[in-house]
Amino acid sequence: MPEIVLRKILVQIEEIFHEGGPAPATPLRRGAICAVISNPFAGAYTEDIAGFMDDLKPLGRDMATRLVAALGGDPARIEGFGKGAIVGEAGELEHGALWHVPGGYAMRELLNGAKAIVPSAKKVGAPGTRLDVPITHINASYVRSHFDSLEIGVPDAPRARELLLALVMTTGPRIHARVGGLQTTDISKHDGLR
Amino acid sequence: MPAELRKLVTIVEETHREGECAVTPPTRRAAAVAVIRNPHAGRFQEDLADLIEIGKTLGALLAERAVAALGIDPHSVESYGKAAAVGADGELEHAAAILHPKFGAPFRKVLGKGAALIPSSKKRGGLGVPLDIPLGHKDAAFVRSHFDGMEVRIADAPRAHEILVAVAIATSGRPHPRIGGLTTAQVIGEDGLR
Repeated sequence: MPEIVLRKILVQIEEIFHEGGPAPATPLRRGAICAVISNPFAGAYTEDIAGFMDDLKPLGRDMATRLVAALGGDPARIEGFGKGAIVGEAGELEHGALWHVPGGYAMRELLNGAKAIVPSAKKVGAPGTRLDVPITHINASYVRSHFDSLEIGVPDAPRARELLLALVMTTGPRIHARVGGLQTTDISKHDGLR
Repeated sequence: MPAELRKLVTIVEETHREGECAVTPPTRRAAAVAVIRNPHAGRFQEDLADLIEIGKTLGALLAERAVAALGIDPHSVESYGKAAAVGADGELEHAAAILHPKFGAPFRKVLGKGAALIPSSKKRGGLGVPLDIPLGHKDAAFVRSHFDGMEVRIADAPRAHEILVAVAIATSGRPHPRIGGLTTAQVIGEDGLR
């Protein structure tokens, strides 16, 4: 299958101290890593694309490792995650779906076998398109305090024949989370949901 | 942290390919952005001394964050720039108060030198407004390979009563510079121009 042709990496880290309410002792960190690569399937319909998921695995692992490092280096501190893809206009939405397996499993492996499904968003878009990547708790999707999202994007990507692949992680709940629901202390079923 | 600070964001961008041609080593640049409360939003304040002092603090803080995000020796920074965006209820002069009187000296101190004027831009805008931070060689403004700019934006800032303040730094000029002009090898670095 095609090799990975990497054009650009962008790492974005937010440190949130408050949002008008009482500042917690530890600021919340939210981070994203975006990789811009060539889309080997741009411009024509290709039936058999699934093998590219294996080709993307090393990139996924590298991106997850770099994102954890940028968030302080300790995988145990990561509490939320998400992933996303933006497909350049000569590509197909299905090409973005190739990121589900390599992106998701890269984070799961690094985060000590995180149990929850990795929430995701994808779309076809022009350079500079923004994507709201959903975020949920890494072990229990129903933890309400960790429902979040992070807007990501790269100003000059994706070009028509490119894919923008993104991973997102957070170090805790929303900064002033207070709408009830399942709490991290309630996680008991260990089924990835509750 | 000063109470006015709501959020700090760092963005690191690595370019591995440009013009269908590998960039070796990849060019790297970083931006650090603070979201602060504008103490003078919504009214005319003649004396902006407090914003000038905030600029002094942020000049050091943002420079340190950007250098740390790149994980480099601060002396290896070759170009720099700064920018600010005031929220809807602020005044352009508020951005000027932060950026111009006292911001530069602590910024340069972090980098060890900086003979050149720090190129800057400012604007007023709403949440998610893009900032195009100009970049120029830090010791010799005429170095043509280092004329550049970095676009950054924060999805939820600036609110009407906030100000975005940003720096950008880079360890090189553009990828594949080839339009002549003063080169880094010709830099004297004393007058800030050549």
